Amino acid sequence: MSDITYGRVATFNTHPDASIPKESPLSVAYNTGSVPAATSDSRVLFKEQAFLGHLILRGGAIVLDEAVRKVLGISLPGQPLGLALDETGERSVQWLSPDEWLVIVPGGEELDVEQRLRDALGDAHYAIVDVSGGQTLVSLEGEKARELLMKSTSYDVHPSNFPVGKAVSVVFGKSSLILRRPSEERYELVLRRSFADYLYRWILDAGAEYGIGVQR
Amino acid sequence: MFYIHCPYCDEYRDEEEFAPKGQAHIARPEDPESCSDDQWGAYLFFRDNPRGIHHELWVHAIGCRKFFNITRNSASYEILETYRMGEQPRFSAEHPEGKSAETVAAEKVAAEAGMVAGQEGVKA
Repeated sequence: MSDITYGRVATFNTHPDASIPKESPLSVAYNTGSVPAATSDSRVLFKEQAFLGHLILRGGAIVLDEAVRKVLGISLPGQPLGLALDETGERSVQWLSPDEWLVIVPGGEELDVEQRLRDALGDAHYAIVDVSGGQTLVSLEGEKARELLMKSTSYDVHPSNFPVGKAVSVVFGKSSLILRRPSEERYELVLRRSFADYLYRWILDAGAEYGIGVQR
Repeated sequence: MFYIHCPYCDEYRDEEEFAPKGQAHIARPEDPESCSDDQWGAYLFFRDNPRGIHHELWVHAIGCRKFFNITRNSASYEILETYRMGEQPRFSAEHPEGKSAETVAAEKVAAEAGMVAGQEGVKA
């Protein structure tokens, strides 16, 4: 997919090919901090899903819904704090605010998705920003994952308040992140690059008593 | 620690996620050029500091990042209501017990009728 200019907006590929070395926001933490291996006693598993495509969509819900359905086959979550996934679970759209959504797609697809969305949206009033380099997705699994969250955030993560298909942006440690619940047994955290190192250390510390293991 | 209802996220969230941004319902003068220094200074710098019911602008800084209004009692810290931008409060110094739902609905209809009439006037 080549670079295309839409009116005054130029799109370009931010996903480097294999010849260019790239580092995830957690690389500093991996290289200078501890990386406890997952064992059979680990009751929390930490796994980064690095280098995914993250896009911020802004605009009216009705216009964006049509385009997102056409391009991704997902209907835009119109209700507050909604999270919608496609059948494979690899692509998701999350409500961030009444006129803002976060789209996460497999790494390398983001330029194609952005250009197809721009084609579908035409002259509508909207904005799409590729923020893939600014944040990373981490999944927490295991029987004690919820307890780790309970220690870290003031948000009520009990299933009655935080069911599957909900996503919130919350205070976590002394920082903030996006907390998502895509499935029953898995939590996802979206960490910003500048907070990633701190949050990684916080999560390891909070998970130490549950034998947290990092899968790479 | 307060739990504050965000009208955009539509749920109660921790006080830590919010930030106060001062007095609400301050309208920028329609024509700043024709303001006297007194009027412009009052708009920029002078704020009410009532004991009792006060309308404030807050932002859900770690959350949806939207601005909204809170009616708060500055003496007891009680939060009486939160409402979206562009809406009118139910509770005010004149109505400390809150206007009834019927009054609010009637005022809303009247305000919308006024807006429509205004728009028609512009067209004509």
